[in-house]
Amino acid sequence: MAAETRSAGRAPAAFLTPGPSSPSAQVNGGFPGDRPLPSEGAEEAPYGTTVVAATFPGGVVLAGDRPATTGSVLAQQNLENVFPADEHSGLGIPGATGPAAEVVRLFRSELEHSEKAEGSRLSLEGKANRLAALVRGHLAGAFHGLAVVPLFAGWDKERRKARLFTYDVTGGRSEARFAAVGPGAVHARGSLKKLHGEDLSEEQAATAAVQALRDAADGSDSSRRIPPVVAAITEDGYRGLEQSEVSRLVRRVHEDRLQLPDGPQAPISQAHFDRRTGRDG
Amino acid sequence: MSTPFYVSPQQAMADRAEYARKGIARGRSVVVLQYADGIVFVAENPSRALHKVSEIYDRIAFAAVGKYNEFENLRIGGVRYADLRGYTYDRTDVTARGLANVYAQTLGTIFSANAEKPYEVELIVAEVGADSSEDQIYRLPHDGSIVDEHGSVAVGGNSDQIGSHLDQNYREDMSLGEALKLAVAGLVRDGSGGERELTADQLEVALLDRSRPQQRKFKRVAAGQVARLLGGANGSSPDDEADSAEGSEE
Repeated sequence: MAAETRSAGRAPAAFLTPGPSSPSAQVNGGFPGDRPLPSEGAEEAPYGTTVVAATFPGGVVLAGDRPATTGSVLAQQNLENVFPADEHSGLGIPGATGPAAEVVRLFRSELEHSEKAEGSRLSLEGKANRLAALVRGHLAGAFHGLAVVPLFAGWDKERRKARLFTYDVTGGRSEARFAAVGPGAVHARGSLKKLHGEDLSEEQAATAAVQALRDAADGSDSSRRIPPVVAAITEDGYRGLEQSEVSRLVRRVHEDRLQLPDGPQAPISQAHFDRRTGRDG
Repeated sequence: MSTPFYVSPQQAMADRAEYARKGIARGRSVVVLQYADGIVFVAENPSRALHKVSEIYDRIAFAAVGKYNEFENLRIGGVRYADLRGYTYDRTDVTARGLANVYAQTLGTIFSANAEKPYEVELIVAEVGADSSEDQIYRLPHDGSIVDEHGSVAVGGNSDQIGSHLDQNYREDMSLGEALKLAVAGLVRDGSGGERELTADQLEVALLDRSRPQQRKFKRVAAGQVARLLGGANGSSPDDEADSAEGSEE
């Protein structure tokens, strides 16, 4: 199905054929898995770093580290890897920056297109499934080392709560309370496991995310100047935190770590925790 | 096998045009007006779900009269065209002029193709600019011609009477309330020169509001707010309340 948007002629048949429509089906040559890929050389592409997410009772926080690397070289200092998808959802994508940006653009057009064509917004579940299909479509790229593995978070209007979805390269989708993807994901997930709780405020969730990003870089990034991108999604919609708000969180985490280089300590066991907090065991 | 009758091309085209015009004239009308902060679309439409006015892209909206399945097909085609073009190039590269050209070519081809019946639709494509001098309104009749309109335009059944009423009373930089009242004063005119009663429930109202902070300037106005604007003092800001009506039904 050729998508010819340049000619001033009659709208191509593809535009006027009744039935379901989605931009990805109309993009010339399909997207993006159908495209031929070079047999090697993918490791030269720039890669974004870790993205973490944590839910809290009224919403969900997404945070992404900003430097991008090419091999072991720092390729870019100020990469953005957390994006709004529409007014009530957002996604964070580490990994190869070119395909990641393309997936974001395509996903956004998909959501907007569906809203306009159908006259109503997709459910959060529907958006998550659509993104799974896009990730699956990119499987061939993943085999070449150009993986696109996003985190997707949004406000679910039907269930009246924020939800968070993680993906694998094959498009497998699972729901989580907190998650991390990217090169530092192992450390970040471990960090969030200890810090994340059910009763966090938005600010606490954002702080936990910043702590996790700090752990993802293994605590070694005191020279970094650019704070991460942090966004919160609540019933009121997607909100990117101002640079000043993020700087405040980062500064507080940094100052704490001047005292405790490894960050806040979690209790070793429940009994230990109860003794420390003075609760009855 | 019998020889088909000879029909002159003029006669064939005149017949097709009359067929399309009659189909369009059966439907209710749509009025589009420029006001101080953008462009307002007012349609007589008792349905809350089947829209005559819709969003196409950031600054572009679409209004249509005639046969629902035909203009709905064109609307979806326009949304596909705009979204794909915006994805391929950039959001600023989607223009009402380009879209109007595609519609004109499509309608023109269908109108003159012998195998198809002409579409019984008349479209309006409008784009809101940074100020009212940059607003664009295109009217696309059934035969694929394009008319560049300014100020006010009416399409659909009885559009002549409505249009002349609008032309006499339209002035630039009206407030939203004034523009809406003028539109309704036009729509209530019927073919025999009398006037009907129209309530806010029977109106579908949407705006391309350049003062809207979001990238997407299209907004539907809920019936309650329409009633307030029609009844109340001129021109309270449309963003005061009921922003929930934007884009879609929830």
